[in-house]
Amino acid sequence: MRNEAKLLLSLGSFFGLMVAVYWFWSHENAGSVMMFCGMLLCFLPGSYYYFWSRRMKPRAEDDPNATQASGAGIVGTFPGTSIWPFTLGMGAFFVVLALVFGIWLLIPGLGLAFWAIIGGTAEGRRGGPH
Amino acid sequence: MTDVLDPPSVAERHEHHEEHGPTGILKWLTSTDHKVIGMSYTVTSIVMLVIGGAFAELIRAQLTTPNNNLVSLAQYNELFTMHGSVMIYLFMGPFAFGALANVIVPIQIGAPDMAFPRLNALSYWLYLTGAITMLSGFFVAGGAANFGWVAYAPLSNSVNTPGAGADLWIGGLLLTGFSAIFTGVNITATIFYLRAPGMTMFRMPIFTWNMLITAILILLAFPVLTAGLIMLYCDRHFGTHIFSVAGGGVPVLWQNIFWFWGHPEVYILALPVFGMVTEIIAVFSRKPVFGYKGMIFATITIGALSLGVWAHHMFTTGTVLLPFFSIMSLLIAVPTGIKMFNWIGTMWRGEVWFSTAMLMALGFLFTFLIGGLTGIYLASPPLDFFTHDTYFVVAHFHSVVMALMMGGMGALYYWGPKMTGYLLNEKIGKAQFWLLFIGTQVFTFPMYLLGLKGMPRRIGIYPNHPAWQNLNDWATVGAIMIGLSSVCFLVNIMYSWKKYPAGDNPWDGHTLEWFTTSPPPHHNFYRLPQIRSERPTWDYNHPGHSAAAHGHAGEVLIEKEPVS
Repeated sequence: MRNEAKLLLSLGSFFGLMVAVYWFWSHENAGSVMMFCGMLLCFLPGSYYYFWSRRMKPRAEDDPNATQASGAGIVGTFPGTSIWPFTLGMGAFFVVLALVFGIWLLIPGLGLAFWAIIGGTAEGRRGGPH
Repeated sequence: MTDVLDPPSVAERHEHHEEHGPTGILKWLTSTDHKVIGMSYTVTSIVMLVIGGAFAELIRAQLTTPNNNLVSLAQYNELFTMHGSVMIYLFMGPFAFGALANVIVPIQIGAPDMAFPRLNALSYWLYLTGAITMLSGFFVAGGAANFGWVAYAPLSNSVNTPGAGADLWIGGLLLTGFSAIFTGVNITATIFYLRAPGMTMFRMPIFTWNMLITAILILLAFPVLTAGLIMLYCDRHFGTHIFSVAGGGVPVLWQNIFWFWGHPEVYILALPVFGMVTEIIAVFSRKPVFGYKGMIFATITIGALSLGVWAHHMFTTGTVLLPFFSIMSLLIAVPTGIKMFNWIGTMWRGEVWFSTAMLMALGFLFTFLIGGLTGIYLASPPLDFFTHDTYFVVAHFHSVVMALMMGGMGALYYWGPKMTGYLLNEKIGKAQFWLLFIGTQVFTFPMYLLGLKGMPRRIGIYPNHPAWQNLNDWATVGAIMIGLSSVCFLVNIMYSWKKYPAGDNPWDGHTLEWFTTSPPPHHNFYRLPQIRSERPTWDYNHPGHSAAAHGHAGEVLIEKEPVS
């Protein structure tokens, strides 16, 4: 966890340094705002990882001498198959087509998207498609 | 379904849930297995390569003679726009971070799947529908988008570019943009949370490291593009004036937003290929990666600097801080140079096996060096003012992207056996390499000269000037050779179809993907080796030469080729 935090925090610090130099040199708004937001985007997860890296024991994947047995147990939930990503993708497709060909396409687009969101959430709560 | 990994070092062949799921088209529609999604990405992106390549051949055919009228000027605008868009948005990016990263990254770190399998599937569907949306512009009145792949304001507003084609371009890019963002989230979470025990950050293969930095860059860059596209759409349809002078907006703001995405995007395309090439060179030189940590820090540095160089595409607008962007751009040459030396250092005193994958990697080194060095020229404002919007720039980035394509092809030869279980034919592969390599140089060198002679980009006809025509004809010859190399690749796939079984580890590989079967089982591993260095599979297969030998060329066991 600590190396992940260090990576993001050091990237964020570098962007912070860069935006400081850039802003005081150029006084240009758009690029400064974008770089500043880039810095925040690194600090947000980076400080979260840093917070936890100080409060938890190193995980098996952070331990250079870990044996495979130390990682045994439930790794996570990995649904085997699911139709909902496809449904949601088609919904997004129709929503984007509505931007071009007419607002009526929002009806199938948003319909498919909501159906997929509800279906996918329900599937996740059941713990899988089966 | 909850997946339990038994202590894999103990369990020999643990009864795993094999997939009982659907087959055929239903499998393609519903699978959330990262390998199936990765294969879908691979096939789709290669289809996009063929489409984009066909546009390129048409462009080169149009330019063989001055004042040619093979295609109309309006069609020519659509062709170069869609050639750039298809190659950048729909082929190279999804190929790099969708296709190969999706299949290889989880296996390299010993994970059973991506962190968010259903989000991963959604990424693919957004990519496919985005590609269909963008390309369907050819079938609407007014044709496809024709404002160049950069869509500069005010050319891209509703007065200068009316019609559905441009909107379809924006819509397609919104979809593929979200697909990229989701993939970025997925890769980052997978690498941070699903590594196998003992796989510390500084034991991850270089490819995985590069994909991590790529994923972070995706998260930094793509939302900016998406926001810019929404603004552009509002300008076109809702009467806002964000990019139009008439309403008090700033056209150059579009360029700032676009290139704030666009330059990191270059590294989003390049870093994965750097990683692929690193893996290929190390394995086929039979040595560990030279300067492993230096490689990682070079990658991080490239990623960090890439956020501060966008305006070197805008030197001639007169609105940017020239020294800042020139310095930052020139600085990128330093980590890239470190990588170049490390690649050479990896080969140094190794027993180099010139397989197709290795040849492709070497072709990458050569071509990328040319593209990189001309990039250094362009980072210097005085030179950039002279060559801006000429064929010199076109030649520069085609050297770069053709190098990336060679690296990507090498990766297909290297990892293809892992993904499918079957090797490709080496003879056809070598023919493909030489056509691609020589074709690329024949294609780009005349364009450098054309640029220095002043030929502008994006012109469908040019005045009758013998020097220009000769050089253009050579470039067309090169383009035809590149086209033939792609034909070789497709022929090779058909010729080698299920002909040469690969086995689990055909190259005596270093990293975890070569420890499992080819293709890997559902959830990837029956068992895992102890991970004590950055190349666990090699350690397992060569117990006498443990981690102590790493980084020292003289101590490395040199073996004969395990298969021919």
